[in-house]
Amino acid sequence: MPPEPPPAAPALLEVEDLHTYIGQHHILQGVSLRARRDAVTVILGRNGAGKTTTMRTIVGLLRPRAGAIRFEGRPIHGLPPYEIVRLGIGFVPEGQGIFATLTVDENLRVAMLDENPESRDRLPRIFALFPALERFRQARAGTLSGGQKQMLSIARAFVNPNRLLLIDEPSKGLAPIIVEHLVAALQEMKSQVTVLLVEQNFAMASALGDDFYLLDDGRTVHHGRMVDLVHDHALKKRYLGV
Amino acid sequence: MRRAAPILATAALFLLPLAFMDARTYVTLTVAGLAMGMLIFLVAAGLTLIFGLMDVLNFAHGALFSWGAYVGFSVALLLNQRWGWAAAPSVPLNVLLLAASILAAMVVAVGLGILLERVIVRPVYGRHMFQILITLGATIVIEELIRMIWGPNDQVMPVPLTFQGSWDVADVIVLRFPVVAIVLGVLVYLGITLLLTRTRVGLIVRAGVENGEMIQVLGHNIYRYFTRVFAAGSALAALGGVMWAMFSQSVRPAMGGEQLIFAFIVVIIGGLGSVTGSLLGALIVGLSYNYVAFLVPKAAIGINMAIMVLILLLRPTGLFGAGK
Ligand SMILES: Nc1ncnc2c1ncn2[C@@H]1O[C@H](COP(=O)(O)OP(=O)(O)OP(=O)(O)O)[C@@H](O)[C@H]1O
Ligand SMILES: [Mg+2]
Repeated sequence: MPPEPPPAAPALLEVEDLHTYIGQHHILQGVSLRARRDAVTVILGRNGAGKTTTMRTIVGLLRPRAGAIRFEGRPIHGLPPYEIVRLGIGFVPEGQGIFATLTVDENLRVAMLDENPESRDRLPRIFALFPALERFRQARAGTLSGGQKQMLSIARAFVNPNRLLLIDEPSKGLAPIIVEHLVAALQEMKSQVTVLLVEQNFAMASALGDDFYLLDDGRTVHHGRMVDLVHDHALKKRYLGV
Repeated sequence: MRRAAPILATAALFLLPLAFMDARTYVTLTVAGLAMGMLIFLVAAGLTLIFGLMDVLNFAHGALFSWGAYVGFSVALLLNQRWGWAAAPSVPLNVLLLAASILAAMVVAVGLGILLERVIVRPVYGRHMFQILITLGATIVIEELIRMIWGPNDQVMPVPLTFQGSWDVADVIVLRFPVVAIVLGVLVYLGITLLLTRTRVGLIVRAGVENGEMIQVLGHNIYRYFTRVFAAGSALAALGGVMWAMFSQSVRPAMGGEQLIFAFIVVIIGGLGSVTGSLLGALIVGLSYNYVAFLVPKAAIGINMAIMVLILLLRPTGLFGAGK
């Protein structure tokens, strides 16, 4: 008798046939994806494919018109953003979204949720990953370099013991050497948290990613293992232009 | 240094009127101007945070000012008619009357403010046109209520004896009540600043003023904080109303509307969402109004518009604007 196939490991985050409107525009027209526990799942797609819209819908900043989003099996679509992230999701938005008028320290403190006394204990680990943040702790976040701002934004999503990080284009506008540093830091964080990453920089995406989803015109058009995509030149050329 | 620059520049500019008047007149006008500025600041402080945090244009803020003034008026009248607390030559009783009037006005304004926020403002988040229309509508209703309860005419506000008259400081006459208003304004400014910089709620509010969306995806229920800010802003408007009533020794149903125009000018000059900017803007408006009203009476209102336009040309986000 053939052995039973192992049950598919339940995904930490499941997105099913998502439809999102911005104003009158039907932006997401069927996005589906699953982020496996302890893996890095990368969302790829051209400019305007709907990657950011997907992330913003997941955290509740946009309300889907149809479809489902489940976190640890529990439906979260329809909850307000502040309830969604409190379930254990950290969000690093496109363009970093740091508070420029607050200090680095205040940016971190405002992100620490009161019911997590554990957050304070995570600071040493965060400063080990991003030493610059400790050096500029009392500086206004607006005075940081682009790379440091990105690190602050990632650190802010990491101060709480989150199980999932959503990171939208962290390498955008950064020098190659800084991107390398980010990749190294994210490699280390990988072992502690599941990551859903939007990344246009294919070198970074393939260095970090385990699984990929390809979006085009607001739809999921392909998905699979990152290692397979790396060799699939036809697919890369067709949807990514690389 | 960049923060100090606008303060120094303004201070220098305000020595200019000395060239056109004698020193005594200058001091008198300066005290009056600072007092007027502080009272406008009380109204503007709430307005700037309400706008900064939720992008809400609250034209009903002036009506809360009027309500505060009238509630304070009723309490002052009652305490004075029953026990003569205003007329009594007793500093404690006089202060008590002022404190009771302020407290009653603030309590009523907090209740009214929460009601306004829940019922009127909440359904129109993110829609400026609706906000303007519905809060203007609410203003008309609230002002009519004042006319129904207290009558349509001006009434005389009792001023406690201690705060009447003037002190004679080195041959210069300094009116008492304006000094009280200035001291109160400084205390309120320090209190707000401490709350914003030293408490967790303050930290979240400051962050929310800069980026409200981000504060929500960091797990904070921005609506809850907004309700608190709205209530606090309403209380400050009411405080401003009571103080203004004593300053001008009268109450009128439309008094809030006039203050609101000044307060909006101040919020824009100071930079949306900045309390320090509002303080500075309010002092600029209060001082220039008084100097110009003395020198060229007809230009008194126009000067504030001119200053606003000038500052916006130099710094489009206002003196302390975050540039959002
Ligand atoms: N506020 C908006 N109003 C109207 N259309 C919008 C708005 N925001 C995004 N869009 C449209 O939605 C589509 C998807 O945008 P989205 O930002 O999700 O793309 P993206 O894949 O993140 O692109 P990029 O790689 O440039 O960040 C685009 O066509 C964009 O023009
Ligand atoms: Mg994007």
